[in-house]
Amino acid sequence: MKKKILFSLKSPYREQLDIIGFRFGSGRKSLAIVGAMRGNEVQQMYVCSRMVQALKKLECEGRLADDTEILVVPCVNYYSMNIGKRFWAMDNTDINRMFPGYDLGETTQRIADGIFSKLQGYEYGIQLASFYQSGIFLPHVKMMDTGFTDPDIMRDFGLEFGIVRKPRPYDTTTLNYNWQVWETKAFSVYANATDEIDVKAADEAVNAILRFMCNRGIAASKTPPGYITEIIDEDMTKQIQSEAAGLFFRATEIGSTVEHGDVLGRIYDPLDGELVAEIRTPVSGTVYFAYNSPLINAKTVCFKVIM
Amino acid sequence: MVQTVASIPLAVNESLTIQKRRIQNGKNNTRLSLVTGTHGDELEGQYLAYMVGSFIDANIDLLDGIIDIYPALNPMGIDSITRGIPMFDLDMNRVFPGTKGGTMVEVICSSIVDDLSGSDMCVDVHSSNIFLKEIPQVRISVPTAKTLVPYAKMLNVDFVWIHDAATVLESTLAHTLNSRGTKTLVVEMGVGMHITKEYCTQLFDGVLNLMKELGMWKGETSPVREPIISEGHMVGFVNSDAAGIFVPYASFGDTVKQGDHIGDVVDPLTSKVVEKVLAVCDGMIFTLREYPVVYGGSLLARILQPERGKEQ
Repeated sequence: MKKKILFSLKSPYREQLDIIGFRFGSGRKSLAIVGAMRGNEVQQMYVCSRMVQALKKLECEGRLADDTEILVVPCVNYYSMNIGKRFWAMDNTDINRMFPGYDLGETTQRIADGIFSKLQGYEYGIQLASFYQSGIFLPHVKMMDTGFTDPDIMRDFGLEFGIVRKPRPYDTTTLNYNWQVWETKAFSVYANATDEIDVKAADEAVNAILRFMCNRGIAASKTPPGYITEIIDEDMTKQIQSEAAGLFFRATEIGSTVEHGDVLGRIYDPLDGELVAEIRTPVSGTVYFAYNSPLINAKTVCFKVIM
Repeated sequence: MVQTVASIPLAVNESLTIQKRRIQNGKNNTRLSLVTGTHGDELEGQYLAYMVGSFIDANIDLLDGIIDIYPALNPMGIDSITRGIPMFDLDMNRVFPGTKGGTMVEVICSSIVDDLSGSDMCVDVHSSNIFLKEIPQVRISVPTAKTLVPYAKMLNVDFVWIHDAATVLESTLAHTLNSRGTKTLVVEMGVGMHITKEYCTQLFDGVLNLMKELGMWKGETSPVREPIISEGHMVGFVNSDAAGIFVPYASFGDTVKQGDHIGDVVDPLTSKVVEKVLAVCDGMIFTLREYPVVYGGSLLARILQPERGKEQ
């Protein structure tokens, strides 16, 4: 393992920002894994740190394929993490909306450029992704449909679902999208939590990435058997909105199979405790996202169900 | 008449409500929508909304049409000095057109677009952010330039910047409305968290002139200035390469020569100049950094070069 500084940036008042990467093996650029790009992505950083441990072991045991190089970048934006901010500490811009970056541009464009120049040329790219809204996910893998990456490759993660998303205009400046433009087959792995550590979901994400590496001939590793992944289009998922506001109580678990009309959650008046709404699913399927904050506004997407 | 554009209950005993005020007189149904407050730290439009509304109230007989004033598309942001939408940490101007079946923010954006669609003209007023000061300008994407530049010239701004359309800008209110046939001009002026009365007065004269040109204002208007149109000009960007405190030596609106010393980046700890900032080209400084703390990459100035063939 080689620990290297991939990009540095001077700050007027803090120690220099040094983005650290861990390289394993040598030769053909096979896989790059990126964790936290936002200051609240603690779970994403944790999964990467676990990958560093797993890859150290595989490398020591000689179980990485010949002519293979793997890069792991656990945390791009620790400046924000250390002060409890989600986006860039100074101007609140999102590094994951600045790709491919610009070396003569604004600060976060320069960070994106600096890191992207080190992430290019890999055959596969995996980003540990998060969702902007408070909630928990069934671990799954997602890819953007740019026409470059074959969705069937998602099966190699052995997660229950692989979701194909049609890019929207604001997706075109993300790492995942630009990786594909520069011919890296890119995937986003969702490991349930964001600003807290979910060890079980992290285990599942680490095993999925190791399984992917085995199936793609990058490493030989023993992992628990995975799922036969169901590949679905994002249009096949149903977003369920809250029709009322108040205190939110979830009545179903992530991964549950639900039937049309089942109660998924309840909303109570925060002042007098009256039940103001039951959230019922209009479709049958598997719950793969659930809102998990005690306060809920009306028109909040509180569940997503794979039909 | 104050109307509700969107209202969504919040968790505890309150609703997020987007409001507009409709002022209507005469038989003409031409509608101008004046929109502002998308970013909670941009306040120039607040005073402009007051100026336009109060003047028309006092001179209602001169109005022949409909003016809708939307002072705060992001009222919680303005109320809490938050640029984005509080709780979501999202830039509202990257969520349009929104969707009825999406998250709360998407639902609100969708309602706003529905309400504004069909206006004969929409003026979307922004005021840079807390970091940069801008001269009054209209920004137009290349595909809409032919349609919008004649209207932009009516607004009494100093500069019309026609820029390439980045795909990410497809998520803006202006792109959404323009693509649906509602002509929308984006104004940038001043600096975040401030009100520059001089600029508000300048744009106020422009709004009245636009109304007159649209046939909905019968009163006198002041002559408007001829803006510089960016076609044929290049824009030079001056970014900091060092981290420290930016101290400008040039002033906003100055005409400079390439290589002129326009500022320094200094280190308060070592008392050293860490970067001597030079003009990257000849031209007029139309953007200047207002917030002194800079990182490598921070934008310090934008310079509008003279028209090709007219360099001095």
